Amino acid sequence: MEAFTTHTGRAVPLRRSNVDTDQIIPAHWLKKVTRDGFEDGLFEAWRKDADFVLNRPERDGATVLVAGPDFGTGSSREHAVWALQNYGFKAVISSRFADIFRGNSLKNGLLTVVLDQDTVDRIWALTEADPTAEITVDLEARQVRAEGITADFELDENARWRLLNGLDDISLTLQNEADIAAYEAARPAFKPRTLKV
Amino acid sequence: MGRTLAEKVWDDHVVRRAEGEPDLLFIDLHLLHEVTSPQAFDGLRQAGRRVRRLDLTIATEDHNTPTLDIDKPIADPVSRAQLETLRKNCAEFGVRLHPLGDVEQGVVHVVGPQLGLTQPGTTVVCGDSHTSTHGAFGALAFGIGTSQVEHVLATQTLPMARPKTMAITVDGELPEGVTAKDLILAIIARIGTGGGQGYIIEYRGSAIEKLSMEARMTVCNMSIEAGARAGMIAPDETTFAYLKGRDHAPQGEDWDAAVAYWKTLRTDDDAAFDAEVVIDAAELAPFVTWGTNPGQGAPLSASVPDPASYEDASERFAAEKALEYMGLTAGQPLRDINVDTVFVGSCTNGRIEDLRGAAAVLGGRKVADGVRMLVVPGSVRVALQAVEEGLDKVFTAAGAEWRHAGCSMCLGMNPDQLAPGERSASTSNRNFEGRQGKGGRTHLVSPQVAAATAVLGHLASPADLSDADVRTPAGV
Ligand code: SF4
Repeated sequence: MEAFTTHTGRAVPLRRSNVDTDQIIPAHWLKKVTRDGFEDGLFEAWRKDADFVLNRPERDGATVLVAGPDFGTGSSREHAVWALQNYGFKAVISSRFADIFRGNSLKNGLLTVVLDQDTVDRIWALTEADPTAEITVDLEARQVRAEGITADFELDENARWRLLNGLDDISLTLQNEADIAAYEAARPAFKPRTLKV
Repeated sequence: MGRTLAEKVWDDHVVRRAEGEPDLLFIDLHLLHEVTSPQAFDGLRQAGRRVRRLDLTIATEDHNTPTLDIDKPIADPVSRAQLETLRKNCAEFGVRLHPLGDVEQGVVHVVGPQLGLTQPGTTVVCGDSHTSTHGAFGALAFGIGTSQVEHVLATQTLPMARPKTMAITVDGELPEGVTAKDLILAIIARIGTGGGQGYIIEYRGSAIEKLSMEARMTVCNMSIEAGARAGMIAPDETTFAYLKGRDHAPQGEDWDAAVAYWKTLRTDDDAAFDAEVVIDAAELAPFVTWGTNPGQGAPLSASVPDPASYEDASERFAAEKALEYMGLTAGQPLRDINVDTVFVGSCTNGRIEDLRGAAAVLGGRKVADGVRMLVVPGSVRVALQAVEEGLDKVFTAAGAEWRHAGCSMCLGMNPDQLAPGERSASTSNRNFEGRQGKGGRTHLVSPQVAAATAVLGHLASPADLSDADVRTPAGV
């Protein structure tokens, strides 16, 4: 995983709530067996509309998605995170994320930032008035900054530490091999097994 | 102070707890399917890792599988490649797989319980959000992403922050004709698609206790549509009776030890939940969705709501968008909505009781002209049982299509899809834009409402049918 410390880029205001992962990446894209090449599937249905915000030339190259509440609901597909990253997004801001999506994003180094709706409204207003406005998402300081806006955000210390260092969960867990083995040794015999002995 | 069911199961699976870190939980059962696993196996391969516990891992094929001509090669090369990838991965790593054509194949959340692998007090994960289904047994079961699938394959554990707990208590008697599906749709409409976010829901109360195991699965299945990672129901005699004798259920002394443990899992009387919701079962009625998220639902007797009636600006906007997408107008009675497709199936309502429920309504009646009805059993076992009971004949005599097991039109990754503008009454769990096919419009319903809708051609409940609709002698 790539480390995330701080990122500055232009924003895409997505004024929609309840954006589910079926919208972020439709099911037929899920047949791919790789982690890349999902960028063309991102918001596929909405991108058919020339006026959709992502299609506007002034949003070209923007890297921070600013979405309405309940972003990433529905299916657990991690492809939604890959699609956002493949497209070029580094961070997503919303007042509320669905749990699985949030977990998936942080595991892949896509920073999901929770800000209150009032601040989201102000960022929307700023970037709509001036599409060249830059937004800084600073994980070290746990702060989002833009012209006239300074907002602190929360992220638990452990998730932050892993993101800042780009650490992969599996290697971290395997350091606790002894704990896992001890737990396994103490498991009751009646627990189910998929293979019969 | 006492602990809740969720807390007890959680505590019993903590491998490691350290200040400032998420708990490391042991996973008792890992279910795999073709869609969310390829990149996880790839990760293992790249890191030179193996599957730590093959005896706690099982795979099946469901999302991409065709429901017709299953003996022929799969037409879509991309779907075929994904199934072949799973087969190759399972062979390479030694994972037990039930592929298309196998008698234990089916939707992963139907397969686990019917094999008796889903048991009270276990932790169950799968790269699929509807893993919440397994919570019906008093298991702590949640959907995970592909990175986590890889993590569980490699370590049989998952680092997880402990969610809060929410009690949804449903007391009283469900009125005649009201099913578990109506109940959960009503709950989601009440608390909203974000209402359960950050919580594990425990469904409790006398109405829940009276539900069959399969009905409990329908309820827990849709916990995720209320935003909750997991939904649980305390194990009781109904649970034990369902499990007894199943392929992977404990036997002999193990059974007694297991039951003794399972009985300890109930939420203590003095335990506290972080949030509570109380619902009166007697007030419920057949429920359908009108919008594009599962929280946008109403009793069948109601009308399409007016977006202007929402105080919250983002809800109003969402309702406007939904009506536009769904091609509906405010004030239109829900019963006046005509459908062209009816889908009975999925991990929400694709089990034998669901098929019985639909068949009982359909028996001797005909699917309306111009309506296509697909009945897709949740697993091959369910299909075989239905055939034994003659339900397949009831469906085909009515003019419905009896298909092979799989996810099918629940998400349309296989050829079973809605065409743009087509409208369905569907027993599945998601009415998102394009979920059942690009431009398709979905109304979520119970199997009984689906069957009545198929007969009348518009959203309807069995109570709307008259005996005059019965044109041929009932098949069951
Ligand atoms: S039936 Fe539908 S919801 Fe269930 S696992 Fe399959 S696609 Fe997912």
